[in-house]
Amino acid sequence: MSTMTAVPLPAVDPAVAVARTRPRNTLAETISQTLSMAWRALKKMRRNPEQFFDVTLQPLLFTAMFAYIFGGAISGNVTSYLPLLIPGIVAQTVLTTCMASGVQLREDMDKGVFDRFKVLPIARIAPLAGPVVADVVRYLIAATLTFATGVIIGYRPGGGVPGVLAAIALSIFIGWSMAWIFTWIGAIARNARSVQGISMLILFPLTFLSNAFVPVSTLPSALATFVKINPVSLLVSATRDLANNGAVTSQVGWTLLAGLVVIAIFAPLSVRAYRRHI
Amino acid sequence: MTTTAAIDAVGLVKSFGQLRAVDGIDLEVRQGEIYGVLGPNGAGKTTMLKMLATLLPIDAGQARVFGVDVATEPHRIRQLVGVTGQYASVDEDLTATENLWLFGKLQGLRSADARAAARRLLGQFGLEDAANKPISQFSGGMRRRLDLAASLITRPPLIFLDEPTTGLDPRTRGQMWDTIRGLVAEGSTVLLTTQYLDEADQLAGRIAVIDRGRKVAEGTPDELKSSVGNATLQLQLAPDTDQELARQIVRRVADAEPVLTPESGRMNVPLDTADRAADILIGFRQAGVSIISVSVAKPTLDEVFLTITGHGADENEGPADDNEPDPAADNEPSARAGAALEVQ
Repeated sequence: MSTMTAVPLPAVDPAVAVARTRPRNTLAETISQTLSMAWRALKKMRRNPEQFFDVTLQPLLFTAMFAYIFGGAISGNVTSYLPLLIPGIVAQTVLTTCMASGVQLREDMDKGVFDRFKVLPIARIAPLAGPVVADVVRYLIAATLTFATGVIIGYRPGGGVPGVLAAIALSIFIGWSMAWIFTWIGAIARNARSVQGISMLILFPLTFLSNAFVPVSTLPSALATFVKINPVSLLVSATRDLANNGAVTSQVGWTLLAGLVVIAIFAPLSVRAYRRHI
Repeated sequence: MTTTAAIDAVGLVKSFGQLRAVDGIDLEVRQGEIYGVLGPNGAGKTTMLKMLATLLPIDAGQARVFGVDVATEPHRIRQLVGVTGQYASVDEDLTATENLWLFGKLQGLRSADARAAARRLLGQFGLEDAANKPISQFSGGMRRRLDLAASLITRPPLIFLDEPTTGLDPRTRGQMWDTIRGLVAEGSTVLLTTQYLDEADQLAGRIAVIDRGRKVAEGTPDELKSSVGNATLQLQLAPDTDQELARQIVRRVADAEPVLTPESGRMNVPLDTADRAADILIGFRQAGVSIISVSVAKPTLDEVFLTITGHGADENEGPADDNEPDPAADNEPSARAGAALEVQ
């Protein structure tokens, strides 16, 4: 057989194995396991390029479509609508990308390999956090492509390159935190299709009942109240402040805080749901 | 000083709603043996194994693996056991090498060590040529071997094999048996579940027979066989024979209860000693019962099963078939075990 078998391995000694066991994972081990899971998710992405359709086509299509359809009606012309629209599209695209994370997790969990993950001595959060970490790549593509499409059709962000980069970074962070909501839905739902259904039900009102596509001043007062407290509005406003003005405003702070709160709630919920899914 | 048992379980219970899928099983597996858990579909074999492997919470009772408590220290248990299920639990989108490397990394091996372990196992399992092929191109036997290899990366001292050869062709099955014997030769302990009686007979040093969540018998294959008599007289009665008369002769002459298959005219008689066979044949001749063929054989585990449980090994097959390589089926143990109950 292989040359490796030339050196016989020592016999398996249970007493030694028991003495070597440790009661729990350290933080360093948990991080290492999460990164290994992220590596797996990236490999899978590369082998299934259709997973990139949503993050590449949606920014291109939606940016151009919304700009030319609503630009004249909302802001008088396309160019003056872009500073309002582009950050909105970024938020929307990042959120739809999060939804895909939940659907994919559900599909993945139904495969045999997850049974093996459960029996390995690894942190229970690693199989969930791995894909979420790997999805940073998708958020990066989605946010960058949206800004690029905007620039091509005439968007000139006032915040310059630093402002846009900061806006992209903030969107990635929010995508990363919001993904935990959909991870949780993925872990509790019965199948991938129901994840999709539930997620759409949450996502559509959140993105359209926000300031993503229209100025809040144009809305009836009851709706305006909801739009103002909608976390998506926070993200959109913060992204606008960064990209259009290069300003780190209180909106940016609130958005970061909202992201952290979402992680603090939904990461533990997801792990709990995953533990039960046995 | 006695060595710690590989598995020491007392009064294990697992309920799914009304149904007690595992109903008070005691188990003691010694270090370095192959222990077979034999039973029909839905008997509770897989449920018991999942409890011991920390995949299902234990409702009542206690289990220790090399002295470590399963319920309170699941993380330690996961470092001591390797589990190979009935279906391949490897990643379809990765190659064989990538799969093994990932499982090695996840268990704390350094990258180079994980790669070396992957190479060693692929060699050992005859998968070198397929090392960089995607799993989707693997045959069933190759998948199963890779699956077992993936459980062995850190060389766990206890290995759970859940129906390791279900669905394999005879040749691959023989290879798998050799591999399992090799694991024990290296110092590991193996607990395997099977519904193939000859598999338990071939591999296991000791066997527990599980039926409807209870352990109904335990012993070496020979002990179990001798519990139903040392030999079996197998008779093929002539087509127009009075089968009832034949049955009465056997009862009277040999004081034994024959197992009769009326349609084919086959009759099996458990015997304490082979001498009894002659008495029965003489009784048949005197009564004019004619036979087509006759042989004396050691009893098979099939007969053991029939005697111990009062029904055949494959009588209580459930609708959710154990053979099906579908993990979802395992999430519905109630359906499977429910079918087992109906047979009563």
